[in-house]
Amino acid sequence: MNCVLGPDNILYDTVLFREVYNFVGQVLPCWLSWFVAGFVIIFLLVNAVLLGAAAFSWMERRLIGKFQNRLGPNRWGPFGLFQPIADMVKLLFKEDLTPGTADKLVFLAVPVAMVAPVMLMLAVVPFAKDTALANLNVGVLYILAVTSVTSIAIFMAGWSSNNRFALFGAARGVAVLISYEVPVVVSLLGVVMLAGSMSLADVVSAQTLPFIIVQPMAFFVFVAGTAAELNRTPFDMAEAESELIAGYHTEYSGIKFAMIQAAEFGGVMAASGVIVTLFLGGWEGPAAHWLGWLWFLLKTMAVAVGFIWVRATFPRLRIDQLLALAWKFLLPVSLINLLATALEIYFLRDASGVLTRGDLGIMTGINLALMAGCVFLFGSLVREKVRPVAPGLPPGVTPVILPARESPARDLPAGETD
Amino acid sequence: MFLDDYFRQYGLVAIFCVVAVAVPVSMMLMSWGMSRVGLRPRAPSAVKAETYECGMEAIGGKWNLFNFRYYMFAILFVIFDVEVIFLYPWATKFLSLELFALIEMAVFVGILLIGWAYAWRKRDLEWG
Repeated sequence: MNCVLGPDNILYDTVLFREVYNFVGQVLPCWLSWFVAGFVIIFLLVNAVLLGAAAFSWMERRLIGKFQNRLGPNRWGPFGLFQPIADMVKLLFKEDLTPGTADKLVFLAVPVAMVAPVMLMLAVVPFAKDTALANLNVGVLYILAVTSVTSIAIFMAGWSSNNRFALFGAARGVAVLISYEVPVVVSLLGVVMLAGSMSLADVVSAQTLPFIIVQPMAFFVFVAGTAAELNRTPFDMAEAESELIAGYHTEYSGIKFAMIQAAEFGGVMAASGVIVTLFLGGWEGPAAHWLGWLWFLLKTMAVAVGFIWVRATFPRLRIDQLLALAWKFLLPVSLINLLATALEIYFLRDASGVLTRGDLGIMTGINLALMAGCVFLFGSLVREKVRPVAPGLPPGVTPVILPARESPARDLPAGETD
Repeated sequence: MFLDDYFRQYGLVAIFCVVAVAVPVSMMLMSWGMSRVGLRPRAPSAVKAETYECGMEAIGGKWNLFNFRYYMFAILFVIFDVEVIFLYPWATKFLSLELFALIEMAVFVGILLIGWAYAWRKRDLEWG
C-alpha cells in the first residue's frame, strides 16, 4: 500500500494529518488512510469540546466560589475535580421528561442543534503550528456561519417547549443573538483586512504584533458580542433565572439538559479558542514549533478565566440596555474601527501591499487613542440614561399646579351661610 | 486539481458535520437504551407531562404576545448582515486595492448608516 502525502496535496500542510496519514498509509489503502487521519483529528476536536465543557464547568464553579468567598464543589475527588463526572452520571440516570403539549420532534432535535455547531466551530481553528482539521480559505466566515446556527436552536427550544417562559427566553435570546451578530461580524473585518485573508492560519501568521493591541476596539466588540452569543452574564437575558426560570431550556431534563449545558460550557471554551486565534496570536510563543499546542491551551484557559471573572463581577443588563449597547455603542464603534483600519492600511502599506511590524506599531498607537476617544464620546452620550434618577422631579420639569377648584359655597344667595 | 483540493478539505469538514450530529444523537440513544434496560427511570404520568408553570396549572399555550420591537431588530439585522457579505471579499483583498475601492465602500456603508441613523431618530432602537 505505502501511501505518502505528497507536497502537492493541500493537506500536506497539516502536520498532524500528514503524520497520521503516512503512518497508517503503510498498511492501509490510501482512501482509508485519509479517513483514519481525518478521524484522529475529529476525535481530538470532539473530545476537546466535551471534556473542555466538563473542565470548564468545574473551573467555573470553583472560581465563582472563590469570587463569592465560599468553597464551591469540594466533595468528589481532590478539589472537587470529579464533580463534572458526578453531574454527568446524575443527569444520565435521571428521568427524561417531555411535556405532553410539546412539539416532540423539534424538542428532540434541539440538543443536537446546540451541540453540533459548537464542535463544528473548532474545525478551522489551528490548535498548533499547521494543525487544524481543515485550513479553509473562508475560515472566519465559516466560524461566523456555524455559530449563528445556535440562534435557530434557541428558538426551536423556546417554540417546541410550549411554555411561555421558554418562549419569552427564546424571543429575547434570538433578539440578543442577532443584534450582537452585526457588530461581531463588522469588527472581524478589521482583522481580515490586516491579515489579507480569511484563513485562520494566515491570520495567526500575520500577527507579528498580537491583534489585541493592533485592534483593541475590534477585540472589545468581539469579546462582548461573543459573551452575548454564548448567553453569558452580563448578557444572559435568554435564561435570566430570576425572571424566566431557566429561559429557553425550562422544560429540558435528564440527558437533554446535560447536552444543552455541555454546549454552553463547551461553547465558552471553543469561543475562547477562536478569540485566541484571532486576537492573541494563536499558537505563537517561544518554541512554537514544538510547544504551539501548549501556548494555545494556556491562552485559551486565560480567556476562559476572563469570561468567568466577568460573570462574577457584572450584574445582568436589562433587555433594553442590552440591545441599546449593541446598536448604539458596539455597532458604531466597530464601524469606526473599520474605517480607521481601512485608512491606516491605505496610507501605511508599501507598494506591494505589505504591512511591516513598524506599521502595525503605528496602527496600535492610533487605534488605542481612537478607542479612548470613542469610550469617552459614547460614554458622555449615554451618561444621562444610565445615571440613577435623583429623588424628586428631574431638572427642567416644573410641577404643574392645578387651579384650586371653585367652591360651590360662593354661589350661595346672599344672606345664607353654610 | 482545484476540485480535488476542494474535496480533500471540505470532505473532512463534511465528515466532521456528520460526526458532530452523530455524537449528540448517540448520547440520546444511550439514555433511551438505559431506560429500556431499566437503568434509568421512565414512568411518565399526566402530571409530569404538564407544562411547567411555577406550581400552578398553566393557562394557555405558546401563543403569547411579545413585543413588536423584536421584529424591528430582526429587520435591521437582515439589512446589516447582507451588507457584511459584500464587505468580506472587499476586506480580504483590501491590502492590494486602490483608493477607488475605499471610496466605493465608504459610500456603500454610508448609505446604510443613513438608514441606521433614521431608525435611531425614529426611536426604533429604543424599547417600548
